[in-house]
Amino acid sequence: MGSLGWLGRDVITVLDFTREDLEVLFTEALNMEKYAKSRLNILNGKVLALAFFEPSTRTRLSFETAMLRLGGSVIGFSGVEATSMAKGENLADTIRMLDAYADAIVIRHSIEGAAKFAAEIAASPVINAGDGSQNHPTQAMLDLYTIWREFGTIDGLSIGILGDLRYARVVNSLIQALSYYRVRLHLISPEPLKPRRELIEFMNSRGMVYDWTDDPYRVINDVDVLYVVRIQRERFPDPMEYERVRGTYKVDLKLIEKAKPQMVILHPLPRVDEIDFAVDNTHHAKYFKQASLGVPLRMALLKLVLGGES
Amino acid sequence: MSNKKELIISKIRDGIVIDHIPAGRALLVLRILGITGREGFRVALVMNVESHKLGVKDIVKVEGRELTRDELNLVALVAPTATVNIIRNYDVVSKFKVVVPDVIEGLIKCKNPRCITNQQREPVKSRFRVVSREPLKLVCDYCGTIHELSDIERSLGIA
Repeated sequence: MGSLGWLGRDVITVLDFTREDLEVLFTEALNMEKYAKSRLNILNGKVLALAFFEPSTRTRLSFETAMLRLGGSVIGFSGVEATSMAKGENLADTIRMLDAYADAIVIRHSIEGAAKFAAEIAASPVINAGDGSQNHPTQAMLDLYTIWREFGTIDGLSIGILGDLRYARVVNSLIQALSYYRVRLHLISPEPLKPRRELIEFMNSRGMVYDWTDDPYRVINDVDVLYVVRIQRERFPDPMEYERVRGTYKVDLKLIEKAKPQMVILHPLPRVDEIDFAVDNTHHAKYFKQASLGVPLRMALLKLVLGGES
Repeated sequence: MSNKKELIISKIRDGIVIDHIPAGRALLVLRILGITGREGFRVALVMNVESHKLGVKDIVKVEGRELTRDELNLVALVAPTATVNIIRNYDVVSKFKVVVPDVIEGLIKCKNPRCITNQQREPVKSRFRVVSREPLKLVCDYCGTIHELSDIERSLGIA
């Protein structure tokens, strides 16, 4: 697929964009870091709608901060209780209304395919901020941006992904994004949280190099990046199943003793108990840095999609 | 023997003959085409007759109803061996083998209950992209779930 650029595009999956598009985004994000604590007026008069049907802290607030730093305004809601959906309005009608009010819509929803459906209804660009267990493309863009900033490259790295590989949408999107690069993947999870068939077939179709283990100690000395995700309790069809796997993995000082000196630990957050708090004080811990880069990365994304001139 | 059996049903004047349907699948073919029998036009169905190619086969004849090539190609989902003869004034005017189309809209229900296409109050039709024809493999365009022949048969209520 040739690059269509970013202007006016929907952002539904990472695969809607090329490696070149991602690199344009990273370069722009690096530029935006200078303004992440000040103000640019390149999106003056533009309105961004935030439609968060599911809880969020970082994604929603970093989109909101990014839009405000660019000089634009934000409308929206978080949770359906205060909206007409509590009266039974459907998603399609809600999106039609936001489309009429705003220049772009950021949507998070528990239903898979909700963002794609919204994009088919709305004329304005729709940005997927997470749909069920399927996609979370802007998180994956942020993850790759963080890696790119830490190592100056993504090609050639060995990347361990530890945790809920079955239900975590960030894992799906991250692996899609990494398929553009030459990386070695070590997938680490308890047996019941192994990747779904769809993801395995995707990796095979892209010729990705990967292996799977349930023991992080077997691969810790090889990884440059250890990406940790929590168990997605809210996605388990059966709560008993969750009880069986909770607490089955933990990144602690003992584990990272075996790591390469330059190894970095990333996490999309929120963290529950899968990274010991003691790890926060080591030079490996980059997850708070990663979260802070969410603002310049999303500034860059909004600038490119909404066509802000700097 | 075979000739004798096919003579059970007379020739049609204008319409379509779907031949070489795997034995026992003629009813499914009608279901895929959305033909219930209550529409008023003539439908003939032959099941489990001898065939040189298949051993045993089914045949469906529909008189007086136009079906597009896209509609007919959907038959390939349950009857990949089927051939279609278009009849005008008792003559075969064209003949083709059905092929599964690249995109299938509205016909099959996605098996993922958390897919947007299974939300009752949203105006959305299912849409699948064909990633492999042999063996048949479709992917839901909204949620990415992979569907095989058995899932499609289950969706059509025939497994």
